[in-house]
Amino acid sequence: MKDNNIKAEVRCYHCGNDCEDEHIELDEKVFCCAGCREVYSILSQSGLCNYYGYNQHPGSTRDKPDTRFDYLKEPSIIRDLVDYADDKFTIVTFYIPAIHCSSCIWLLEHLNKLNPAIYYSRVDFLRKQVNIRFDNKATSLHGVVELLDHIGYEPLISLQDVVKKQAKGSKDNLVKKIAVAGFCFGNVMLLSFPEYLGISGYEQSFKVFFGWLNLAFCLPIVLYCGTDYFRSAWTNLKNKVLNIDLPLALGIAVLFVRTAVEVITHTGSGFADTCCGLVFFLLVGKFVQRKTYYHLSFERDYRSFFPVAVQVIEKEGGERSVPLSEIQVGQRILIRNNEIIPADAILLKGEGKVDFSFVTGESVPVNKILGEIVYAGGRQTGEAVELEVVKPVSQSYLTRLWNNEAFTRTQENRMKTFSEKVSKYFTIVLLAIAFGSLFFWLPFSYHRALSAFTAVLIIACPCALALSTPFTMSAALSILDKNFFYLKNTAVVEQLAKIDTIVLDKTGTITITGGNSITVHGEISSYEKDLVYSACTNSAHPLSRLICQYWNNQHKINTTGYFELPGRGITAEIDGHVVNVGSEKFIKGSSLPNTSPDSTEVHIRINDHYIGYLSIQQHYRDGIGIVKNLNASYKIFLLSGDHGHEREALSAIFNRDFMFFERSPQEKLDFIKKLQSRGRKVMMIGDGLNDAGALKQSDLGIAITDNVNNFSPGSDAILDGRSLKRLPTFFQFARDATRVVYGSFIISLTYNIIGLSYAVTGKLSPLIAAILMPLSTVTIISFTSIATRVAAKKRHLL
Amino acid sequence: MSIIYFLIGCSVILALIFLGAFFWAQRNGQHDDLYTPSIRILLDDEPKDEEEK
Repeated sequence: MKDNNIKAEVRCYHCGNDCEDEHIELDEKVFCCAGCREVYSILSQSGLCNYYGYNQHPGSTRDKPDTRFDYLKEPSIIRDLVDYADDKFTIVTFYIPAIHCSSCIWLLEHLNKLNPAIYYSRVDFLRKQVNIRFDNKATSLHGVVELLDHIGYEPLISLQDVVKKQAKGSKDNLVKKIAVAGFCFGNVMLLSFPEYLGISGYEQSFKVFFGWLNLAFCLPIVLYCGTDYFRSAWTNLKNKVLNIDLPLALGIAVLFVRTAVEVITHTGSGFADTCCGLVFFLLVGKFVQRKTYYHLSFERDYRSFFPVAVQVIEKEGGERSVPLSEIQVGQRILIRNNEIIPADAILLKGEGKVDFSFVTGESVPVNKILGEIVYAGGRQTGEAVELEVVKPVSQSYLTRLWNNEAFTRTQENRMKTFSEKVSKYFTIVLLAIAFGSLFFWLPFSYHRALSAFTAVLIIACPCALALSTPFTMSAALSILDKNFFYLKNTAVVEQLAKIDTIVLDKTGTITITGGNSITVHGEISSYEKDLVYSACTNSAHPLSRLICQYWNNQHKINTTGYFELPGRGITAEIDGHVVNVGSEKFIKGSSLPNTSPDSTEVHIRINDHYIGYLSIQQHYRDGIGIVKNLNASYKIFLLSGDHGHEREALSAIFNRDFMFFERSPQEKLDFIKKLQSRGRKVMMIGDGLNDAGALKQSDLGIAITDNVNNFSPGSDAILDGRSLKRLPTFFQFARDATRVVYGSFIISLTYNIIGLSYAVTGKLSPLIAAILMPLSTVTIISFTSIATRVAAKKRHLL
Repeated sequence: MSIIYFLIGCSVILALIFLGAFFWAQRNGQHDDLYTPSIRILLDDEPKDEEEK
């Protein structure tokens, strides 16, 4: 290892992968694979080498199986994908997960140099989208996608183009409303200043003029910007719910009515500035609360997991791409290596080795024999197979599972946020004080009573209160976002703080598929490898399977005798040799205590001659050790769809009684329900479709993924696998954030009490209201954002 | 001092024009992508003639 460090690192010119051992050279540049070299040669031929000038190693590795885009020739599929098409040109938007740097933007916006038929291409970096307009006579959609794929930017095309839909769906008028509110607020402030500074007697005519103008500016505020609050307060009242929108709506209404009355009767200048400022700040708070992740979707379902089309073998011979929705029972479909089986089907030809890890949680591919039914959702590994569809996609096992009532149920059991709870009491107390001062002053003066009543509603309008949660939580959200933990909305932070039980899925969640590493200790000749490989092919034990995968290009020699001692090892007679593979105790007769719990050793002996051992690093996610640290304060369960053969290894991490294996998706959901019925606040962490129901049922469902652009089941939050080890910190930080909210509530209540002491006397001057409202708002905004950042610094999240 | 009526009228009309401009930009999609242009401006155009390089 030391020698390697001294040598200059050899990195692929295109993708930056380490390629010391094997590499290909072209133009004195080093490439890790043929794919990377091909991209380079395409680019260099077209004079696009600037691509490599903006960033070092801008590409992503091309060392992966090719995807086929034949289905893009089908007119019905093309129609669904394009944004616009006429007889001259087509406009299409692709989602390209590989977009990550300025080189990507530069290259994708110079597609025209590679294919002159592309008139125009424009990248939206945050959404990872590229908008392309091309001449549909000179090239086709298929051609454009192949070009993108050739240069390393394979678009992700799926049935349910969620990301695109999200971008279209989020258009509402909030920004416009803020613009109008800001416009009115600014003008009203300008016109209110003379009043505060004092207008001399002979300029009284201005006062009336300013008053009317202010009233005019209030109209759009109440009738356009503030309508949401009135509507929400009204629906909540109808449903007999008291929330913060009621005092807000009352505040806006009272401010407006009192301004109107004072201006029309020439009795005062009204509260136009407070009214506009209130609505403006509230809308800004709403805007801040709404966090959009352009590249994520929390609502994905099976449709974005399935391919767009599948190859159908025609009766007359030949293949044709058919959109999934048009697949009929009885059709023969061709599934290649790494493709997903879209419908329940019978295996007709080829060796079926189907990886169901995503659907059931089983980590080992299942062997399917001819004539056996293969359920939808499995991924074929190995050779191409032919299947006959027995059920249409919409009625397949997986689809039915997804559409199961329990899975689609709306969540009404979610926890109430702190502000929801407080605002109920706040509203009651506020109304009590308002009516109390009304009735107190009524015997003395009808006018003073009304003035006190309205003053209370104005001054206690919970603007700062309504802003404290959005500002704190959105600050927390962006801090977590920087740490690769993406929450769906601000309420999730509070839920995170309340969790007391954690349920983890195994396959894909705490283990990584294909992430294990094997190191060989001792000298093993190629022939001996053949022997071990052949012995292991007989065994179904996961470790044997791993060894077979590791030495997959060895020759298989016929086994003449075979014996397996469960939990210890295997003995096989091959080519006249006795091969023993198994635990240290099995091979050597005695064993030293295992020093590293995260690796397993497989020892080898051939004909009484000890060869050496393979140490297999458990393919657990980095940072799974945190589970141990969390054990003290949380109840942690393991809920797996897989068989229990890893029970021993996992018992180092989990409490033995809290591990459950071979659970179906429905059982997982029921398990969460059972925990909840015992009053537990359950967080579920999972990755596959088999966890989807449990994720929905839990109080907080987190989908874990290695690549946030990949498919993940619908959830409240998406956690990047790299950040799993930070989970305890996230918990602490969420609690810090809720504490900040409590603090800001106290501050805003203090302001309210100060204001109320003026208001109940009925002598509220507009000046005090105009100072108090923005002052409290600014205090809250600065307090929450500073306190949240301080908390994040303390937890080393910034 | 009646000039104030005129001045305020002017300022309000001017502000309305700006508000209108904002609405137009919003509808035109100018605020859809607020990030990419900041990178795009840093990317050089190709020299028009390769030989001149």
